[in-house]
Amino acid sequence: MSVSALKATSPADAAVVFDGVSKHFPASGQSGAFTALDNVSLTVDRGSITGIIGRSGAGKSTLIRLVNGLEKPSSGKVLVDGVDVGGLDEAALRTLRRNVGMIFQHFNLLSSRTVFGNIALPLEISGMDKRAIEQRVRPLLDLVGLADKHGRYPAELSGGQKQRIGIARALATEPKLLLSDEATSALDPETTQSILELLKRINAELGLTVLLITHEMEVVKAVTSDVAVIDHGRIVERGHTFDVFTHPKHETTRALLSGLPGSKLPDAVARALKAQPAPGDRAVVRLTFFGAAAERPLISQLIKSVGAEVNIIAGTIDEIGGAPYGSLVVAYGADAETSGRAERFFAENGLVTEVLGYVA
Amino acid sequence: MSPDILLRIGGATVDTIYMVAVAGLIGSLIGLPIGIFLATSGKGELFPAPTLNRIVGLIVNATRSTPFIILVVAIIPFTRLLTGTSIGTKAAIVPLTIATIPFVARLVEAAIREIDKGLIEAARAMGATPMQIVFKVLLAEARPALTLALTMTAVSLIGYSAMVGAVGGGGLGDLGIRYGYQRFMPDVMLVVVIVLIVLVQLVQSAGDGLARRFDKKNRKT
Repeated sequence: MSVSALKATSPADAAVVFDGVSKHFPASGQSGAFTALDNVSLTVDRGSITGIIGRSGAGKSTLIRLVNGLEKPSSGKVLVDGVDVGGLDEAALRTLRRNVGMIFQHFNLLSSRTVFGNIALPLEISGMDKRAIEQRVRPLLDLVGLADKHGRYPAELSGGQKQRIGIARALATEPKLLLSDEATSALDPETTQSILELLKRINAELGLTVLLITHEMEVVKAVTSDVAVIDHGRIVERGHTFDVFTHPKHETTRALLSGLPGSKLPDAVARALKAQPAPGDRAVVRLTFFGAAAERPLISQLIKSVGAEVNIIAGTIDEIGGAPYGSLVVAYGADAETSGRAERFFAENGLVTEVLGYVA
Repeated sequence: MSPDILLRIGGATVDTIYMVAVAGLIGSLIGLPIGIFLATSGKGELFPAPTLNRIVGLIVNATRSTPFIILVVAIIPFTRLLTGTSIGTKAAIVPLTIATIPFVARLVEAAIREIDKGLIEAARAMGATPMQIVFKVLLAEARPALTLALTMTAVSLIGYSAMVGAVGGGGLGDLGIRYGYQRFMPDVMLVVVIVLIVLVQLVQSAGDGLARRFDKKNRKT
């Protein structure tokens, strides 16, 4: 199931537009011909933090490399600020790249250069003079909180600090677009959070568009406003992050979401789950609630209106893209009367429900 | 040992250093760009020229597999063309240089290929030209390895320089053979060997020290 129509936004507002992009790699050596991307169309809104999530090998690395021309599409167009990247010659491509920052999973810092020297590198490449470089690098060091480390070498720093240098380096040429290639995948959860916070701040303060690829739902949940799910080279689902998280449609999305804490049923319940109810069984139902509903005393109201025993099996309250979101798995009598009352209650309160199965 | 012999040992030491220095310098200056070319001209690399890459690689291999003493004799006409003579220290520099070029080229190639491809990608993403990538990324990052490569070259050259005695090249090796071996003066041989050991040791320590200074990666903090 491929979504090929563009979103409603006009391309003029878009930072990046993928228009029917495919990428094939010819057979070489032992590996056969391979289609990395299959007719991908996607719009990245200006000022957004857009995430592309997929398993490894889904094609997301290829996709992000099309934006700054590190890879060329086999067919289709990639527009950055309305300019067709595929149509640029090497010189024009270099100019474009100087206006698109990129950060990497393994940081890719020069070990022979200090922190300052690494951040200065893209400016040296663009031919800026020393004084101007100095003036540009200082505030960046402050921005990423490494002013006191400017004379250190990367080998002396932690992973999180290295990625901060990577971010400062990517911002040095004052780009309008930042590409993030699994930037937090080599970091521990705590450091990941602080790097994501930094990306959010940069997005808000500098108005920078961020396009990030990741295989971690946590990352998408924490920072992105929009998300696209990629699987086997196709975009299988996309939309506002909140909508995709609360109403996942494609099985790949569901599979990726199931890794999140609170999304999984306890093993004992999952094993006992049956598709059809027997008399006396209880229904296991997932309730999803957001916005105002997340803050109401729903459980006590539910128990009152159902008038029966309600078991809470699993639950989580969280935030997605800044909006509160709750997921609760409950069990109650599967008989027609109880279920009917429960369904009425859910409808009155605008809750999204999903019957997962039945247990004895 | 007579003062005359000591003087000869001194002179031979100077000759050896002179030959190694000149051949090492010229050979490295020519070998370095060839090594960079070998490391960057494969298919899909910075300066893709796979056919030329293979041809240069073949010539390099051919030169490297020719025994040095055969090389010395084989290129006598060329040596005479360049220096006007085929014997003496000056003439010996020609085969030494010719042998140094492919040696350096392969070591430089290996040093550059060691560099993480991610750095090249990052530099490309910054909009660097291939030349900027060579100078600002590859050579800068490979500096410790290149220093060790040139050290190894100098040490090998000291060894090779002993062989050019065969064409009257002079130097310590020549002295050792003519006096120590042919005139049965084992004490001269011993001194020659010790001077050579000291020379190699000095070159190696200097190279190691410099490489350590350049290496910011494996620093102890």
